[in-house]
Amino acid sequence: MSSAATTVAQSQQPQPAPPAETPPKTRRPEDGAAARKAPDYSSYRVVAAKHPWRWVGTAVVALGVLAVAWSLATNPRWEWGVVAQWFTAQSVVNGLVETLKLTAISGILGFVLGFILALMRLSASPLLVSVSWTFSWIFRSTPLLVQMLLWYNLGYLYEKISLGIPFTDVRFFEVQTTTLISQFAAAVLGLTLNQAAYSAEIIRGGILSVDQGQLEAAAALGIPAWRRSTRIVLPQAMRAILPTAFNEIIGLVKGTSIVYVLAYSELFYTVQVIYNRTQQVLPLLLVATLWYIVITSVLSVFQYYIERHYSKGAVRNLPLTPLQKARKFFATHAAVPTRRNF
Amino acid sequence: MTETLTAPTATRGLVEITGVRKSFGPTEVLKGVSLTVEPGGVAVIVGPSGSGKSTLLRTINHLEKVDGGHITIDGRLVGYEVRGDRLHELREKEILKQRTDIGMVFQNFNLFPHLTALENVAEAPVVAHQPGKARRSKAEARRRGLELLDRVGLKDRADAYPRQLSGGQQQRVAIARALALDPKILLFDEPTSALDPELVNEVLDVIRELATSGTTLIVVTHEMGFARDVADTVVFMDQGQIVEQGTPQDIFSNPQEPRTRSFFSKVLEPAFNI
Repeated sequence: MSSAATTVAQSQQPQPAPPAETPPKTRRPEDGAAARKAPDYSSYRVVAAKHPWRWVGTAVVALGVLAVAWSLATNPRWEWGVVAQWFTAQSVVNGLVETLKLTAISGILGFVLGFILALMRLSASPLLVSVSWTFSWIFRSTPLLVQMLLWYNLGYLYEKISLGIPFTDVRFFEVQTTTLISQFAAAVLGLTLNQAAYSAEIIRGGILSVDQGQLEAAAALGIPAWRRSTRIVLPQAMRAILPTAFNEIIGLVKGTSIVYVLAYSELFYTVQVIYNRTQQVLPLLLVATLWYIVITSVLSVFQYYIERHYSKGAVRNLPLTPLQKARKFFATHAAVPTRRNF
Repeated sequence: MTETLTAPTATRGLVEITGVRKSFGPTEVLKGVSLTVEPGGVAVIVGPSGSGKSTLLRTINHLEKVDGGHITIDGRLVGYEVRGDRLHELREKEILKQRTDIGMVFQNFNLFPHLTALENVAEAPVVAHQPGKARRSKAEARRRGLELLDRVGLKDRADAYPRQLSGGQQQRVAIARALALDPKILLFDEPTSALDPELVNEVLDVIRELATSGTTLIVVTHEMGFARDVADTVVFMDQGQIVEQGTPQDIFSNPQEPRTRSFFSKVLEPAFNI
């Protein structure tokens, strides 16, 4: 109590500003500069900081890389000669074309169907929502291999496919299932439907990631619904959609190899046929692998530039392309070789 | 500045709100609100947070559907159509047409981030259906967009993306965008609340200039100084109801209701009362 009372008493006393108690004036930069002249370092040479462990690490990794490269080059069992011989062989290139065709067709159809499924899932109709949900549920729950075989054997379940008025005997058009579902059709059907189930979720996620205020602003401006989706929502959703979508497409490129169960002569089936004849199993698998790597690399470059395009407005300044980066690196490092070391 | 946007004969832009009610779940946020804003008038709505100001504003362009009561603009119902003795809800296309008469400026701008300032302003005139007006060509919309950006002092930033602009500049672009369809009515939903204090005035100056243009303005704001300068009518809302309305003079200097008095005693700084 008493101490509180004294504090109050003290604070009530009118205190003239006590010069001794005030903290020393914050030192202004000129004060020091005036007192002692800063030594001039401008003629000194800058020596970069040493990073010995970084060098050790670099050396160890370089050694490892070298060892792997050496073994790839010198182990005769890789049979690089055979790889080179088959890499551009007509049958392999034909298989490659089929792989690309399957990827392109089922990729495009899959994403179109996926977009429709995503819109259904976001609609206000409970029936559309549940149909879309069930579609994704079924096609994500069954192995692609099983789906593939099921589509190919559809003729066993339904001998004929016809177009007519449901629940009546009226038929406009009827065809044997086995003639309709070729290997190619079964492959496209299987890959497309499977792809649609996954891309529906990716697109839905992208659309949901766009701020609600964007839709409100567009609605307040009287922008029609279709234009609102294509001009306002989708370009912004693309930023969230693209990385996963490219993952999916790259997965699809390799996923097409599963079509070998239908004896459809895409890249993977083709090399299998060849090595069954020549017994050069590993080199031919390497041929297929190298082609898959080439396709994926090309797609990755596309991905980089498409993502960059859609980042317009989301970042203050667009990131430099690798080419621009390289140019900048050489420009700055060539101009000032020693003075700036970081 | 360039020519004013509306014909000086302010015979349009009459807003009549009658007994509007709106609930979100169990909470009734508008409890029978009635308000008339004359053509070319400037109504400023003030009140504590959660009093229903923003919701009321959003019912005027049918961003919120009302649960009861009705709103008319120049005598025409918003969001509904009279057929016989029934009110038919309008289809979205018709609602979008109605909205082209009503510009709206949002608290957090809601500019389209992937479009430049000019593209933001020039988008709607090209694609929106405006009753009785032809849609503009792209070139025409851009020309007009530049004019509007000039009007808000941002002609030289036409090609900047929203993220490259300051908050105040973004809001000025948003105002230009709302003006692009030559609306009869402009709604401002706390246009300066998301801005740094030093940026507030550049936005308020633009709104001030609009207040003399003959367009009807309805502004929800916490800027009391601005309300006193610009409003014809100040409306004080609390708990989903209009407590008091009148000229700025009446409301700020001589509030009748105790609730109004206690609110202003908290928000008006002493310097403002002199």
